[in-house]
Amino acid sequence: MDNTQKWIAFSTIVRREIHRFMRIWPQTLVPPIITIVLYFVIFGRLIGSRIGEMAELPYIQFVAPGLIMMSVITNSYSNVVSSFYGSKFQRNIEELLVSPTPNWIILLGYVVGGMARGLGVGAMVTLLSLYFADFSLHSLPITIGIVLMTSLMFSLAGLINAIFAGSFDDISIIPTFVLTPLIYLGGVFYSIDLLGDFWGSVSLINPILYMVNAFRYGMVGITDIDITYSFAMVGLFSVVLFAAALQMLEKGSRLRS
Amino acid sequence: MNDSTQPALAIKQLSKTYDDKFEALKGIDLNVAPGDFFALLGPNGAGKSTTIGIICSLVRKTAGTVKIFGHDIDQDFSLAKQYVGVVPQEFNFNQFEKPIDILINQAGYYGIPAKLARERAEKYLKQLALWDKRDTPSRTLSGGMKRRLMIARALIHEPKLLVLDEPTAGVDIELRRSMWAFLQEINRQGTTIILTTHYLEEAESLCRNVAIIDHGEIVKNTSIRELLTQLNTETFVLDTKEQLDHCPQVAGYPLKQVDGHSLEVAVEKSQSINELFAALTEQGIHVVSMRNKTNRLEELFFDLVEKNLQEKANG
Repeated sequence: MDNTQKWIAFSTIVRREIHRFMRIWPQTLVPPIITIVLYFVIFGRLIGSRIGEMAELPYIQFVAPGLIMMSVITNSYSNVVSSFYGSKFQRNIEELLVSPTPNWIILLGYVVGGMARGLGVGAMVTLLSLYFADFSLHSLPITIGIVLMTSLMFSLAGLINAIFAGSFDDISIIPTFVLTPLIYLGGVFYSIDLLGDFWGSVSLINPILYMVNAFRYGMVGITDIDITYSFAMVGLFSVVLFAAALQMLEKGSRLRS
Repeated sequence: MNDSTQPALAIKQLSKTYDDKFEALKGIDLNVAPGDFFALLGPNGAGKSTTIGIICSLVRKTAGTVKIFGHDIDQDFSLAKQYVGVVPQEFNFNQFEKPIDILINQAGYYGIPAKLARERAEKYLKQLALWDKRDTPSRTLSGGMKRRLMIARALIHEPKLLVLDEPTAGVDIELRRSMWAFLQEINRQGTTIILTTHYLEEAESLCRNVAIIDHGEIVKNTSIRELLTQLNTETFVLDTKEQLDHCPQVAGYPLKQVDGHSLEVAVEKSQSINELFAALTEQGIHVVSMRNKTNRLEELFFDLVEKNLQEKANG
């Protein structure tokens, strides 16, 4: 395949992925919006007004970046895991496996499809958050940079989960038992200064903490963690996950008998 | 390399052992000439689908080489894959997508520009009588339509080698005949076709050459014509004008009465069926029609597979 053909193959996968989540928008786009609105109403307005300030910010301003990041993470992940596993289950992944499309194009196509949903939902949630909280953007490059890298990283993680998954149960185990606890313990709702030395240190092994803090810094200029370190961690995780996912596709793990 | 002078498919010492230690292929060799219409026959579990899976990269081979028009599927996988189109046994398209989208996406995976992809999708959907269903969710198509959709999808990149794994399974006879005509036409236009089928009549009607595979080994690889010359005995069913009270006896012809108006007889290649008709006429029995009890190739196929089984049993 020459470069033009590779581009056509890549854009076909991305277009198909976007078309898939747009076609089933009541399942893919509406629920995260409803969930986030409920978070804003309950944690931001009702409870947040009684909490007062967190890290010298009104609570709703503190929590909003975390909620936006949460929607980016869950939607990037769930788009790729459900789409790729669905293709495995229906065996239409074979359409790609028999074609000359290189594995790295397949990988990029699915990942960019996942990022499109994660970032799309993230943008909608950001617009909604403006109704509940006032903020001025502290740094556009940091905000855009970290949200792109986070979306990339969790799309890759979703792909690996889908490659390993042997049943629909397997694609809900990681989001339920790993992703959700990491998000809730990742500084979305509180500053890690509240945790004390020990639990604060334990929190540092949670990658989501770095993403949420970098994003919060980009939006409101407050962070618990060094931003450079955050970018380095997310970058490192992304490279490792990309290499692992590509290796699995090259070997045909759980895809070719 | 001039691709047209190379075999459409050249398999050497191909073997496959699955993770559960099942040896599906035991070092088979197979050549298919360009332009051929080739049948790959064998009982269930013989290794047909494994062979096809390896050709189209869905199954990882354990050893051996596979070349498609001279291009090795490992070393030159991009070109090798461009040359092959595959129609699998099971439906393997997204049931929620529309036929037109399935075809255009498949074209995209082969790097075909959108305009050309739309033109080809229209061409093949029309040829396979699916154009009216182009915007219907594919899960709502009938079984026959789904099979034709998979054929259209396999042809969208216009491969030089088309591999069909039991394409007419579960398809009614009328539709089967129309699919045969379609396949014969694309073969006439130059596409090499490899077919696996359980309908041996299908192989006899369509194919010029055949390989019979059993227990992961090729037990016969020859032309259909050559294979049929090896058929020593054919069994016919004769329908008689007269009501038969008893089974007539004719020396050298082991007749069996099937019912009041039909007889069954096994005739050896060296015998004349005219002699039998004459002997029956002398006894006042007139044959009004006759047919093969089973497909001729089927008899031979069972003979070969049975022989292979006995050889294995005898060590």
